[in-house]
Amino acid sequence: MDVPANNEQASSALVRIGSAARAAWPWARRVREAAGETLDSWMSSLLGEDFAERLQRVPVSLGSSGVDPFGLDPGWTKYALASAAFLHRRYFRTDVYGANQVPTGRVLLIANHSGQIPIDGAIIGATMFMDVEPPRFVRAMVEKWSQSIPFVSTLFPRVGQVVGVPENARRLLEQGEALLVFPEGARGISKTFDRRYQLTDFGLGFMRLAIETKTPIIPIAVIGGEEQYISVGNLDTVAKLLRMPSFPVIPQFLLPGGQLPLPTKYRVYFGEPMHFTGDHDDDDAVIEEKVWLVKATIQSMLNRGIKARRSVFW
Amino acid sequence: MLHPPAGEEGAILITGICGRLGKRLARVLHRQRLVIGVDRRAFPDKPKDVIHQQVDIRRKKLKDVFRAHAISAVVHLGIMHNPRASSGEHHAWNVAGFAKLLEYVAHFRIGKLIVLSSANVYGPQPENPQFLSEEAPLLGGANFGEIRDLIEVDMLAQSFFWKHPETDTVILRPVHILGSVRNAPSNFLRLPTIPTLLGYDPMVQVIHERDVVEAIRLAVRPGVRGVFNIAGPDPLPLSRIIKLLDRPSIPVPYSVGRSVLKRLWSLRLTNFPAPELDHIRHVCMVDDRRAREILGFRAKQSIADTVRAVDSDR
Repeated sequence: MDVPANNEQASSALVRIGSAARAAWPWARRVREAAGETLDSWMSSLLGEDFAERLQRVPVSLGSSGVDPFGLDPGWTKYALASAAFLHRRYFRTDVYGANQVPTGRVLLIANHSGQIPIDGAIIGATMFMDVEPPRFVRAMVEKWSQSIPFVSTLFPRVGQVVGVPENARRLLEQGEALLVFPEGARGISKTFDRRYQLTDFGLGFMRLAIETKTPIIPIAVIGGEEQYISVGNLDTVAKLLRMPSFPVIPQFLLPGGQLPLPTKYRVYFGEPMHFTGDHDDDDAVIEEKVWLVKATIQSMLNRGIKARRSVFW
Repeated sequence: MLHPPAGEEGAILITGICGRLGKRLARVLHRQRLVIGVDRRAFPDKPKDVIHQQVDIRRKKLKDVFRAHAISAVVHLGIMHNPRASSGEHHAWNVAGFAKLLEYVAHFRIGKLIVLSSANVYGPQPENPQFLSEEAPLLGGANFGEIRDLIEVDMLAQSFFWKHPETDTVILRPVHILGSVRNAPSNFLRLPTIPTLLGYDPMVQVIHERDVVEAIRLAVRPGVRGVFNIAGPDPLPLSRIIKLLDRPSIPVPYSVGRSVLKRLWSLRLTNFPAPELDHIRHVCMVDDRRAREILGFRAKQSIADTVRAVDSDR
């Protein structure tokens, strides 16, 4: 390989910036350490001592480098879980039903998707960590386009989120992970208020995967997400322009503090494990029937949950 | 001249022997069998029993080399990857030269052909699965024209594999090779201050040049054929790899980085074309299960030794 040595000028500029960075480094580190300590003490005071204890017990398969091959880093996950646990316990005061039905080992968590931003995923993650025995890290499948957004593309893998392609899902299930899938995808999360808690079409991929890898499916109904941001419509042209899956119109954004989600009360229902057998390569029509069964289960769990609740906020 | 089957006896022909990897391979193999090198560059400190022919592989003289020796295996390392060279010259050397080589391998019925491709042929993309298998499409050239030659070489080798069952063709696709080699990833990690992209920190696989030599040695064994991804130690986020080098790094926004790199490139102040930035933005990791099972290959160098090898200049 021929390499002409002509990048000296550029690298000397880089060295200068580099030495400035080095001078600022000890200061930045002290700030970071102090912030870390405050955060850690805040975490244990807010979330209780059992948070740290549960963290020790989570089964994870890390490589020799201390990072899982998908980029999950326990150092980051700790903080992500703490924030999710804060939302779960304090902000949305979640009630959890049927958490004892989640089996150990590999499992596919299938849930309804709602709420404009994926807080429901964080809540399910927190539930699986705080209320399920033994505590689990949830691996969620995320949109491909999230990988081209700076910071998000770093944060998501560090906290265990994985790009939603079948190869990744298969590999995670082979590792015995708990995989969270929203089969409604982006269509589900950006529902307008008049269509709240009505499931949109399910993708078929998760069912083929479950049959192929013989993984039990846990249906999950999440209630509370649809009222956190009230969307009255979608601007499709703007969405297309910004290359986003949707562009919701949310009037509460105009109010002071309205950017935060409304503190609705979340309710998470875990259903009984469902086992499916057959040929994973079957026609869509055959797979659709099985998917319909899961969808109907979640829809009826949603309907029962909504009927049972007396108020959106408590 | 009758050419013996691929085995322990018979000479091994290495093209591009004067590259750092080629020299290393020659030093490992020459103790076991006759090594014949072909390269238009000089090989000043070659071991005494290595035969070196200063031949351009596009010339007819290459045929004389095949005629004169009992060759049982050909290892093709002679791929020019100098992004500065004109695309015409690139193509003539890499593709036309390789086609000539294939012609001779077929004509003289050589038992074994090993082609060193690269995991970069898959290309870094936001929608990549975390681990690409050997069947994944070769999309590396979509954004990065400079690698199209390499993809073409890989494809030529694949069609040769199918058309000539009498030759055991092996295509190796190693991840970023680090060491004394002068390739883009090693040069990048050798920078005094390493620029990264703000908000991006993909998981990266690297491999020590010594491990690559070992993989080639394993592939020379009789009976081995097919395409193999070659991965090194467990993957790490790019930031952790830079930390292992104990060198300062500065995060640069992608748009700034790209325009600066384009400018530096046009002023000939850098050897990194702007599309290479995608390698520090998106994942391009490979699944090396096949190499583990069939080749019995497992990287021996630790991640720390692999990364620090860029500073060793031997």
